[in-house]
Amino acid sequence: MSSTMQQVSIDTRGACVDFPIFDARSRSLKKTVMGLVGGNIASGSKVPIIEALRDIDVHLEHGARVGLVGHNGAGKSTLLRLLSGIYEPTRGTASINGRVAPVFDLGVGMDPEVSGLENIIVRGLFLGMTRKEMEARVDDIAEFTELGDFLRMPLRTYSTGMRVRLALGVVTSIDPEILLLDEGIGAVDSNFLDKSKKRLKELVERSGLLVFASHSDAFLRDLCDTAIWMEHGQIKAHGDLEDVLKAYKGDDYRTPEKTSRERGSAEA
Amino acid sequence: MTVPAVLPADVERQVGPGSVGSVATAQLTGSTFGAAVSDLRRGWAQRALWGHLGWQDIRQRYRRSFLGPIWISLTMAVTAIALGTLYAGLFDNDLAIQLPHVLVGFIVWGFISGCINEGAEVFTSNVGLITHLPAPLSVHIYRLVWRQTLFFLHNLVVYVVMLFIFHQDLKWTALAVIPAFGLLALNGAWAALLLGIVATRFRDFVPIAQSIVQLAFFLTPIVWIYDELARSPNPTIAERAKLAEFNPFLHFLEIVRRPLLGQDQLLHHWIVVLAITVVGWALTMVVLRRYRARVSYWV
Repeated sequence: MSSTMQQVSIDTRGACVDFPIFDARSRSLKKTVMGLVGGNIASGSKVPIIEALRDIDVHLEHGARVGLVGHNGAGKSTLLRLLSGIYEPTRGTASINGRVAPVFDLGVGMDPEVSGLENIIVRGLFLGMTRKEMEARVDDIAEFTELGDFLRMPLRTYSTGMRVRLALGVVTSIDPEILLLDEGIGAVDSNFLDKSKKRLKELVERSGLLVFASHSDAFLRDLCDTAIWMEHGQIKAHGDLEDVLKAYKGDDYRTPEKTSRERGSAEA
Repeated sequence: MTVPAVLPADVERQVGPGSVGSVATAQLTGSTFGAAVSDLRRGWAQRALWGHLGWQDIRQRYRRSFLGPIWISLTMAVTAIALGTLYAGLFDNDLAIQLPHVLVGFIVWGFISGCINEGAEVFTSNVGLITHLPAPLSVHIYRLVWRQTLFFLHNLVVYVVMLFIFHQDLKWTALAVIPAFGLLALNGAWAALLLGIVATRFRDFVPIAQSIVQLAFFLTPIVWIYDELARSPNPTIAERAKLAEFNPFLHFLEIVRRPLLGQDQLLHHWIVVLAITVVGWALTMVVLRRYRARVSYWV
């Protein structure tokens, strides 16, 4: 598919993401209007800014399998949003070539009032698929999720686990060129988890480019070969997965082998 | 309208190399007109998505009710009958004139007020989608205008039923309603887009817009009949009624209502509407160019 298209790639140079924090007063007109009247606009329009990302230089091409590590609040999710094009950099540049499928929150774009089947279609449309493509995949998704007749029921009747199954089923059925995964892929019974891991792996193999944020070393080792370590909104290290993990974990670093502590630290 | 810049001055960002090959997936970024136009175009290309969502919004509202979306038409019919009768009595007008006037007025006003009121919240009510999926902003606008168009069509059913009761002297010029509605929708789109961006940054614009719409309802000849007052034997009233010409909503209402009621077209209404369309879109494109990329930061 991508052979006829331009090479799939993500390229950022000195990209920064700065969030203006409008408190209740500066977000309203009052202050601006008053400022104009009083002739003191400069102080009135000053807004505190959070530098969520600073000087991000990444160049990723077709075949990249990148893990994102870092503490909470280090900028992993914001970086994923920068790479997906949701946040355009406030300074610097970011150019993204390829169809992006961001999977940050399994619930977004899902409507509790409509049936599982309809949600499959809508979620697929949001991920850049066509209606026809999604209709062709419905059977496959139904089989994978094991939801059976429940697919005709409104989503609000589903348990949390069932919702995750549905969302995972849709997400893993698409053909993305750029796949951006934020973790939160838990909350399913272990039997189903094995099944979904397999599907997730197949999805990753189909996709041209993967960036995956996770706290689970085991998951990262399953899906990625390189890694980016984020700290305070900057890239602290970018290289081979094991090297980055070693640097990031320090004394806590374990050789490839799942430990219960890692699973426990995985964020929901 | 000038919105003060709150961020470090936007550096004119280069357009990604992807734009050269014009691949469908390549997205133009930065504060350029190209990126603003690209947003509108890519959003239009996602018709399947917003078309589906617009329908879903309507079905959603009447889900589990026995009559479903027929309620839209029913509510309109009840309103028109009640207010048509009331004002025919108050103004001492013929019901056969007053009721169709009120009905069509309400149908058109429903579209206008829907675009403005929901436009102010079009981005803030879609925070989840905007911060999780890299869709063009215009997708939300198209969805809104499409939803309002569907409401409009549901209400038009009441109009058709009314034609059997109060026969209107329709000429072939009634077809002018099609381009007229097209213009109305085109204006609804820029109004929603402009208001949506401004109100995302300054939340006060939501109540401001809503109160202006409410006030405009009374200032616009929806229940009262402009021609009748303008021809009033009392010169003071006739003079005052003419002030309504300064109300931009009057012109939108007239280009749609006149053909539906078999009245003659008045050129000046069309000219005013066309002028507003051009100026409105020009202003909106300037704001879209400058602040399009900021909306996902502001929501």
